[in-house]
Amino acid sequence: MSDLVSDLVSGLAESAAILDVTVPARAPWSAILKRGQTLRLIDLEGQQAVDALFYNADNPTERYSPQDTLLEQGGAYIGLGTQLLSNEGRPLVSVVADSCGRHDTSAGACSCEANTVRFGHHTRYMHACRENFLLELGKYGLGKRDIVGNVNFFMNVPITPAGELAIVDGLSAPGGHVDLRAEMDVLVVFSNCPQVNNPCNGFNPTPIRVLIWDGPRWNEPEMAKVAQGIG
Amino acid sequence: MDDGRMEADLDEQTPEQHRARYEALRAQAQAKEAAQPRDMTAVPAPPAIRPETVIEREIVPGGWYSTMRVLRGQTLRLVNIAGNPGVSVLIWNADDTSERYNAGDTVKLQWTTRLTRGRVLFSDMGRVLCAITEDSFGASDTILGGSTPASNVRQYGNATLRNSRDNFRLAAGKLGLRRADVPPAITFFAEIGTEDDTTASAGRFRWRDGGLPGTLVDLRAEMNLFVAISNCPHPLAPGPAFTQGPVEAVVWQAPPPAADDLCRSFGEEAVRGYENTDRLFAPGRAA
Repeated sequence: MSDLVSDLVSGLAESAAILDVTVPARAPWSAILKRGQTLRLIDLEGQQAVDALFYNADNPTERYSPQDTLLEQGGAYIGLGTQLLSNEGRPLVSVVADSCGRHDTSAGACSCEANTVRFGHHTRYMHACRENFLLELGKYGLGKRDIVGNVNFFMNVPITPAGELAIVDGLSAPGGHVDLRAEMDVLVVFSNCPQVNNPCNGFNPTPIRVLIWDGPRWNEPEMAKVAQGIG
Repeated sequence: MDDGRMEADLDEQTPEQHRARYEALRAQAQAKEAAQPRDMTAVPAPPAIRPETVIEREIVPGGWYSTMRVLRGQTLRLVNIAGNPGVSVLIWNADDTSERYNAGDTVKLQWTTRLTRGRVLFSDMGRVLCAITEDSFGASDTILGGSTPASNVRQYGNATLRNSRDNFRLAAGKLGLRRADVPPAITFFAEIGTEDDTTASAGRFRWRDGGLPGTLVDLRAEMNLFVAISNCPHPLAPGPAFTQGPVEAVVWQAPPPAADDLCRSFGEEAVRGYENTDRLFAPGRAA
């Protein structure tokens, strides 16, 4: 990690945050993160999956692309140093701190319809992440076609050499956090996952906390270097 | 949101009961997967297509794309005549293009990234778009999907080569769709692996294999589909030469699924996916 990045990560005093909210269990949340700002997502009670979507705030058909992101980094999991790339191959946000070590981006978000297939038709009328996404995206004029592959923070989905993929017990301890720095103005949409049919939330959805800090006033050439991963 | 009401709806069962159900489903899926053949030469060869059943035939040149309309019950056969290391595919429901291929659901609902003969491709609505009724190559990849301008720079040192990301945008555009309508894709005739969790490079991707001239994939449409075919190599296929040859795409009228159809009966998840899908075509409902 460059000095620039470590300087930014250190010294984020909670009292200096420009936003500090607790998102209730099972609820959605969203905000526009300005370029250079840092968002901290805190898993207050541990093992709580948070499904996340990211869009270029100025042009939302440019949005998060799990396949571009994994292809660029060459590995299957999101962690410290990962740049979350758009469908134009550009960094939306960077993971600049991570207490967990592994986050998923291959297993998608739960939905009422997918739940029927996974767990039985009796689970159709249970709250789900894509319900949260639709409600939250609607506030910005976005809809179902804008829901693409997402990040699942604090969700543990190992892919074995034989190809098995399963959601297993989370690695995230109470108070665990991940810090995301915006590399452009980004619409961030979270679903605090309501799923109780698999281990992604320890079978017990709990609240999360979100803080945002303004970024240091970096000069543009330095910022551009970091955005290109050469800072 | 009325949390009191939701609590009552959601917490009918204890966490222990949910865990027991989840572990049972996982064990069942693992057992089913373990029983699948790994050596495709041990699987009966795919049937030849009878000429009178052919509806449409197209040769897609290396690097290019095509869109095919495939109605429920018809099958799209991709024949890898040149042994290309990957041919990428995206699928939309032709009757409602907001419903489309969902890579995350497809791997999650079937508990595997190993999508080959016997598996299905799911839409974002818990329904089956198509069944992989034949796959004589025996592997595909939907974690990394198709090539991009950046991957062409990495593998071939050339950003101007054709790539699947732009091919899918062009295919979507010809259908009246836009950039937002292009989700993560799947690439057939390509096998990748990930490093084991016990190694320092856990989760790193490795290219395993691609191509094999004459191998084919059959995708049986389970609803009316638009299928975009991008004839570009998998983004991890080794360079340095971009030698993608033509691929043949044939739409043909497949026989109706037998009572013991492999894809329809693969596991309880598949059965429920088909129950959701068949409701779209229930007797008395205009398709």
